[in-house]
Amino acid sequence: METEAAKLIGAGLACTGMGGAGIGLGVLFGNYLSGALRNPSAAQGQFTNLLLGFALTEALGIFSLLIALLLLFVF
Amino acid sequence: MANDPIHQFQISKFFSLELGGVDFGFTNSSLFMAITVATVAGFLIMATSRRGLVPNRMQSIAELSYEFIAQTLRNTAGSEGMKFFPFVFSLFAFVLVGNMLGMFPYFFTITSHIIVTFALAMLVISVVIVYGFMKNGVKFLKLFVPSVPAWLLPLLIPIEIISFVARPLSLSIRLFANMLAGHITLKVFAGFVVTLSAFGAVGWAGAVLPFLLAVALTALEFLVAFLQAYVFATLTCIYLHDALHPGH
Repeated sequence: METEAAKLIGAGLACTGMGGAGIGLGVLFGNYLSGALRNPSAAQGQFTNLLLGFALTEALGIFSLLIALLLLFVF
Repeated sequence: MANDPIHQFQISKFFSLELGGVDFGFTNSSLFMAITVATVAGFLIMATSRRGLVPNRMQSIAELSYEFIAQTLRNTAGSEGMKFFPFVFSLFAFVLVGNMLGMFPYFFTITSHIIVTFALAMLVISVVIVYGFMKNGVKFLKLFVPSVPAWLLPLLIPIEIISFVARPLSLSIRLFANMLAGHITLKVFAGFVVTLSAFGAVGWAGAVLPFLLAVALTALEFLVAFLQAYVFATLTCIYLHDALHPGH
């Protein structure tokens, strides 16, 4: 197979990892919302934890995007 | 290529200065690091020069950011961790202002280069290791021994060691990859606008969508720029907690 084609296929495959980050973010915000609707007075206190979890989860999706970008632009 | 999305990360040298085989040249990265430090220092000095019991606007911002980091440090590392406050606050301020300066068009983002973030992360881990051994001696190694039944230890100790070694990597890659990927995404969507608008009136109508998305992504990037600085500071606090209290 040509290297160029293999590179593009690899970049595409690397992007599937972002689906995991999508699931994670859905779980994170969904659970936060359901918790916040049950006990709205406690919701504000957990908002920074939510943002922390968001940044940590999102970073994993960014890692796979980074691999894709490296394949596209560096090799 | 005129609108190459990774052209913005190119390092260009203003002048080079070879001293004993090491290049001390001044690049655009060095320039923006100097601007970052000057911004932080200048702001804090200005904000606290005419301080009063009733703070004015600048002094409140300085006090708010102080309280914000002090609160994070106290909550995660305990009040003992407050001796590391200058360290954590400097890291937070440097990363935050570096990220935010990078959001200006045509400005260089210092945190989008892994060597910068990796140096910061290695600094954090070195402080943790050196201070951990200084304070606890050999007891610092208890960090790698979780309190579980003895037959699980041969399995868990290697895992703990690997997770400790991976910390500087994950800390640096998280920050660098977020800034890199975010800025590339912005440029890619901005590139769509340029490409589409070359097709005349229909293209102009179509270019509205990527343009709006680029605006929305810019807002998200500002959030990410702040969050990543906050996450970097918080994780530093969590790692410092390990140095202060190595037992699980």
